[in-house]
Amino acid sequence: MESLVETANPGVLSAAGKEEILSEATSKALHQVRETVGNPFVDNPRMTCREVNVYYGDKKAINNVSIDIARNEVIAMIGPSGCGKSTFLRCLNRMNDTVEGCRVTGDIRLDGMDIHDRNVDVVPLRARIGMVFQKPNPFPKSIYDNVAYGPKIHGLVQNKAELDEIVEGSLKKAGLWEEVRERLNQPGTGLSGGQQQRLCIARAIAVSPEMILMDEPCSALDPIATARIEELIAELREQYSIVIVTHSMQQAARVSQRTAYFHLGDLIEVGMTDRVFTNPRHQLTEDYITGRFG
Amino acid sequence: MKQPTTNPAIDKVNRGLRRRYRAERRFRICGATAIITALCFLFLLFFSIVANGYKAFQKTYIQIDVFFDPAEFANENLATANFPGLVKTSMSSLFPEVNSRGDKKELFYLVSPGASFQLMQLVKNNPNLIGQQQSVWVAANDDVDMLLKGHIDRTRPETERRVSDKQLAWLDALAADGKIKKTFNTTFFTSGDSREPELAGIWGATCGSFYTLLITLSLSFPIGVAAAVYLEEFAPKNRWTDIIEVNINNLAAVPSIVYGLLGLAVFINFFGMPRSTPVVGGLVLTLMTLPIIIIASRASLKSVPPSIREAALGIGASKMQMVAHHVLPLALPGMLTGTIIGMAHALGETAPLLMVGMVAFIVDIPHGFTDPATVLPVQIYLWSDSPERAFVEKTSAAIMVLLIFLFLMNAAAVYLRKRFEIKW
Repeated sequence: MESLVETANPGVLSAAGKEEILSEATSKALHQVRETVGNPFVDNPRMTCREVNVYYGDKKAINNVSIDIARNEVIAMIGPSGCGKSTFLRCLNRMNDTVEGCRVTGDIRLDGMDIHDRNVDVVPLRARIGMVFQKPNPFPKSIYDNVAYGPKIHGLVQNKAELDEIVEGSLKKAGLWEEVRERLNQPGTGLSGGQQQRLCIARAIAVSPEMILMDEPCSALDPIATARIEELIAELREQYSIVIVTHSMQQAARVSQRTAYFHLGDLIEVGMTDRVFTNPRHQLTEDYITGRFG
Repeated sequence: MKQPTTNPAIDKVNRGLRRRYRAERRFRICGATAIITALCFLFLLFFSIVANGYKAFQKTYIQIDVFFDPAEFANENLATANFPGLVKTSMSSLFPEVNSRGDKKELFYLVSPGASFQLMQLVKNNPNLIGQQQSVWVAANDDVDMLLKGHIDRTRPETERRVSDKQLAWLDALAADGKIKKTFNTTFFTSGDSREPELAGIWGATCGSFYTLLITLSLSFPIGVAAAVYLEEFAPKNRWTDIIEVNINNLAAVPSIVYGLLGLAVFINFFGMPRSTPVVGGLVLTLMTLPIIIIASRASLKSVPPSIREAALGIGASKMQMVAHHVLPLALPGMLTGTIIGMAHALGETAPLLMVGMVAFIVDIPHGFTDPATVLPVQIYLWSDSPERAFVEKTSAAIMVLLIFLFLMNAAAVYLRKRFEIKW
C-alpha cells in the first residue's frame, strides 16, 4: 500500500492535478469504489457506450460501463479472467445476441447510430464491425474462399476480377500475401496458427469494416507469430478503430494507445496506456498490473 | 526388479504394483474373450446361412425334345394352346415304355409345372417354331432339384422320401444320357414369388424393397434434416423444445410394429390408400426412420465447432447463410451416415410391413409405387414359413442377398463419411 502512495502520487498529480493525494485509508477505500477512474470519453468518437449492463440470466456480467472508442486508435481491454472484458467486447457487434439467456441494456452507438435500435439490422452491423476470435477459426475452405466469403455474401463485388482484387488487398493488409500467393486454393486450415490468425484478420477486413474487435487474438500463438500480429495491429490502426482484449499486459502496453481495466464486471480505470501502466490511479489497477493478482 | 528402498511410500507402491498389473491383464483377457465370442457367433451365423443357401444359386434342368405340333396351334390365341400336353408328349417320348396312368403321372412330375410357360414364351418369341422339333432345357421339379443337390437320401425306404424308386431310375437314365444339368439359377434373381420353389425368385421383393425405400428416403431425409436443423440452430431452447426432444428420443425406441398399426389406421383406413403397396410401406418406414435420422443429424450438427458459427456470424453472415454455407456442409457426412444406417434399418424391417399388408403372396413384379408388393425381409419370412424343403435353401439365399445389400449400404455410409469429411 505504501508503495502505491509513493509511486502513484506524482503521476496522479501530473495527470489530473485536481485529484487528491492518496492516503493509505483512501486507497483502501478505493477498493470499494467502482466508479470509473480516468476519463473514458473522447472527442469525435467512433463508438459510444453508455451505461451498458449485461446479464446472463439473473447474473449481472457487466455493470454500468460507459466508454468511448476513438477513431484510429487501439484500445486494449485488460483484466483478470471472468472480469467481463470479452463479454463487453461481444456487445459491440451484438455477438451476444447469439448467446442463450444473455440480455444487454444501455446505449451503444456506432457513429451516432444506436446499434440496438429496432431498425438496425445486425447483419450489416457485423459487416461494419469485424471480429477476430481467440482461437484462429478459418473456414475449412481454401484461403481464397476464406477471404472472399464476406464480400460475396454482402454483394460487395460485381465480378471475379473485383473479388480477386479485394482478396489480394486484404491479404496484403494482413501481411499474409507473400506467404500464400502461390497456394490460394489450398485449405486455410493447413496454415500455421499465426498465419491462420492473420487469415482471419484478412477475412475481417475484406468487408471494409470501420472497427475491428479482437478477442485475445494472440493467446494461441507463439511469440514470433504474436509479434507479427502486433505489427499488423499497429498498421491497421491507420484505417480502423481496434478494440483488443488481451491477457498480456505487455501486449496491451505495446499495441494500444488507451487501456481500459475491467474488474468483476466494472470498468475500473481508463486512460492513456502509458499513464495506466506507469501510474495507475485505482488500487485494483495497480494491484493487477503489478501482478498482485490476476 | 524391486529393490528395497528407504522410501516407505515407494515400498507400498511396489507391493500394490503386482495387483494392479494383474487387474489390467484380467481386464484385457475379458475384452479379448468378448470380441472372440462375438466373432465366433458372427462366423457361425454366416456359415449356417451360406451352408444352407449356397446351393440355391444352382438350378436343375432337364432336356426334352419338343415337337411343336401345328395341330395344337390351330387357334390364333397362343394361351389356349395345350403346352402342358406338349411337355407330357415330350416326356413320354423319352420313356416310351411307361404306359400306366399312374406311372405317367409320376414321370410328368419330374419337370416343373413352369415348363409349359417356358414353351409358351419360346413360341411367343419365335412363332416359326410351330411345326418344328426343338430340344429345350426345362426346369426340373423342386423334389428332383433337392435330390440332385443331395438333400433327399436315396437309401431311405421309398415310402419315406418324396422321390419314388421309378422316378430315381428315370432320373439316373436321363443323367446317363446327359439330359440333366445344373446351371446358375437366373430364375432366382429375375422372377417374383411362386408356390413352386423352382420358379420362385426375389426380384419382385427386391423391386418392392426398392420402391419402398425410395419413398422412405425421399421423405425421411429432407424432413429429418430440416427438423434437426430447425431444432438445433433456430428453435429457442425452452420447455416446448425440451418436450419435443424427449419425444423424438422416445419415438426412436417405439417398437416398429406400433408404426405398422399406426400406418394401418391412418394411411389405409383413414386416408384410404391402397394396401400392400410400397407407398404405404414407405410412409410407415418413414415414420420409423425419422427419429433415427433426426437424432443422428442433430448429433452431427452439435459436433460442428461453435468457432465456425462465430466466424460466419462475425463477418455478417445471416443465420441462414451460416447454416447453409458452413454448418450444413460440415454436418452432412454425419447426416448421410445416419440416414444410410436408418435406411439399412428400414430395409431389414418386417413387422410394420406385415400390418399394412405387404405380407401378401404376390407373383407379379411391382412396377410402381401403388402396385401390390412385398419386400425382401417379408419374402424371407414367407419362405421360411413354407413347408417345401426347397424353400429352406431359398430362404438362406434370400438372406444372403439381403445381407449383401446391407453391407453395400454400410460400405456406402463409410465411403461417404470418408469422402466428404472435412479435416482440419
